[in-house]
Amino acid sequence: MEQGTVKAVDDVSFTIPTGKVVGLAGESGSGKTTIAMSIMRLLPTNGKIVGGELLLDNEIDLTKVDEEFMREKIRWKKVAIIFQGAMNALNPVLNVGEQIVEAILAHENVSREEAWQRTKELFEEVGLDPARIRNYPHEFSGGMRQRVMIAMALACNPSLVIADEPTTALDVTIQAEIMELLLDLQKAYNLSVLLISHDLSVMAQMSHNIAVLYGGKLMEYGDAVSIFKKPRHPYTQGLISSLPSVSRTKKERKLVAIPGAPPDLLNPPPGCPFYDRCPLAQDICKKEMPPLQKIDGSLVACHFVDETKDRNIWRE
Amino acid sequence: MGDNVELRVEHLTKWFPVRMGFFATLLGREKKYVHAVNDISFYIKKKDIFVLAGESGCGKTTTGRMVLRVIEPTSGKIYFRDKEITALSKEEMRALRPKMQMIFQDPYESLNPRMHIRDIISEPLIVNHLATDKAEIEDKVLRALEEVGLTPPEQFIDRFPHELSGGQRQRVSVARALITNPEFVVADEPVSMLDASIRSAVLNTLLELRDKENLTYLFITHDLAVASYIGDYIAIMYLGKIVEIGDIEKVMKDPKHPYTQALISAVPEPDPTIKKKRVPLKGEPPSPINLPKGCIFSGRCPYAFDRCFKEEPQMIKLENDHYAACHLLEKS
Repeated sequence: MEQGTVKAVDDVSFTIPTGKVVGLAGESGSGKTTIAMSIMRLLPTNGKIVGGELLLDNEIDLTKVDEEFMREKIRWKKVAIIFQGAMNALNPVLNVGEQIVEAILAHENVSREEAWQRTKELFEEVGLDPARIRNYPHEFSGGMRQRVMIAMALACNPSLVIADEPTTALDVTIQAEIMELLLDLQKAYNLSVLLISHDLSVMAQMSHNIAVLYGGKLMEYGDAVSIFKKPRHPYTQGLISSLPSVSRTKKERKLVAIPGAPPDLLNPPPGCPFYDRCPLAQDICKKEMPPLQKIDGSLVACHFVDETKDRNIWRE
Repeated sequence: MGDNVELRVEHLTKWFPVRMGFFATLLGREKKYVHAVNDISFYIKKKDIFVLAGESGCGKTTTGRMVLRVIEPTSGKIYFRDKEITALSKEEMRALRPKMQMIFQDPYESLNPRMHIRDIISEPLIVNHLATDKAEIEDKVLRALEEVGLTPPEQFIDRFPHELSGGQRQRVSVARALITNPEFVVADEPVSMLDASIRSAVLNTLLELRDKENLTYLFITHDLAVASYIGDYIAIMYLGKIVEIGDIEKVMKDPKHPYTQALISAVPEPDPTIKKKRVPLKGEPPSPINLPKGCIFSGRCPYAFDRCFKEEPQMIKLENDHYAACHLLEKS
């Protein structure tokens, strides 16, 4: 068995502006969830943050604080997370109201009664019947369980919510309802949201800004319209052109397929992780990781970004 | 219908008995069934890609499995060309299997982790006694690998599944299904586990193979965007029934059944400048054990009226190659 260190996320920098939804886009293994878990300081025991800063509200560096501070002052109170797969994230032998009450009591100086009252209000806010507050997780459908997760995330009025694949595995009609609910709540509370999804169409509909990750590195960062309408990184261009849509059939447009497979993070190439799949790649790409450059309001990491202006390199 | 119909399904139905407790059996309680598929009919023309779409539990996978007789229908008939395969014996069906193959959803679970790619792909040849000569088998496997884009094939043939990426594994599944030179392929969610950039490559390969090998596909998916890209015809299923069926351009651009409209309006667009107006649905799908009276969709339909709760709507022809089952569409 091969052993070594996997650099799951490598030198990634971006900001989440207050009251905005930032999407982390990328395929499996690109480092999306690792970033989320680093912010929550919930990396598995073999995972380590070896460098960098995670600044919350521009003052607290979450990489420097100890576990007690994280538990008492940060997690759930300032930064909450909605996990993918609510069935696994909820305790099956406690009723859902009790679980939310516990979370409130652990962080807020309130009585049990007040916590139940708050839980009831949360239920209403996420569109659940408060009469079902003492039901168990298995008594809810997948979509309703996801609403419970959202209620729990909002319990202590966090300013930043991390939504890790919040609609994955839900049917499309239910997914649309959950997306709407998240956006309504985001606006109502001026929440900052870090949205993680492998589904770029969900990302397009929900995000203000989008960070495109590949092989643990940031390839492009910009507002959603620029990323989807005028992507500049070769990877982003290929990714966006590979997405099917209900309003287009194949007779209208052939989907782009990016040849090859994502890199092995155990032996990462020293240069750009995308070089062996990139049609623009030259020797320099293999040796040197390109720095992020400011291009028309976006940030792009590509040595040959001048060659992607006003063209899609995959459609020629 | 004509001569170029490859597969025809008539009044296909599958009910699974619900397991009852000992006392319930003893007391002679009425036996309950999950009504997975209820009286559906459709046909697929040669070289067409026919999509069966719907949300989880709508019966699309059960239908796909019945078509290959992996599970037996409760009632109804299936014809492969002019042969009624529901009337074939197990032996006769086995002889037909090489012509009708299946590609499974999960490339991580459908490949035996202890077998080499060579043995995985050649297995259908061996169990169906289509080839015995070692050199011939080797040659066929190499060609199959090449055909699905795993090149150079010599680099893949001696590997194990865990040494391949998800997209490469799904290509192995496709190669395995194609090695017997099938004419009809059921592809059950073949790309739903794959990342976007890999997904489009597999879809393009399936389209190319259709043209090159004159294949006909029954393509099962929950993803209407994928369906729009690959399909020629589509049937939308809800609770074991087909509610709308037709030419894919007509159905996707001008859906007529309220459920199809809601479904299409819920699919997110990969474009932040397009904000769709969603057709909201009430509640969640009811249990397939006790089906609602009248129209199966009545409980969730935003337009339901008296008649919908009493009388089941029939399939109505809206124009050529476009049908839907809804009382609202009947001409008064």
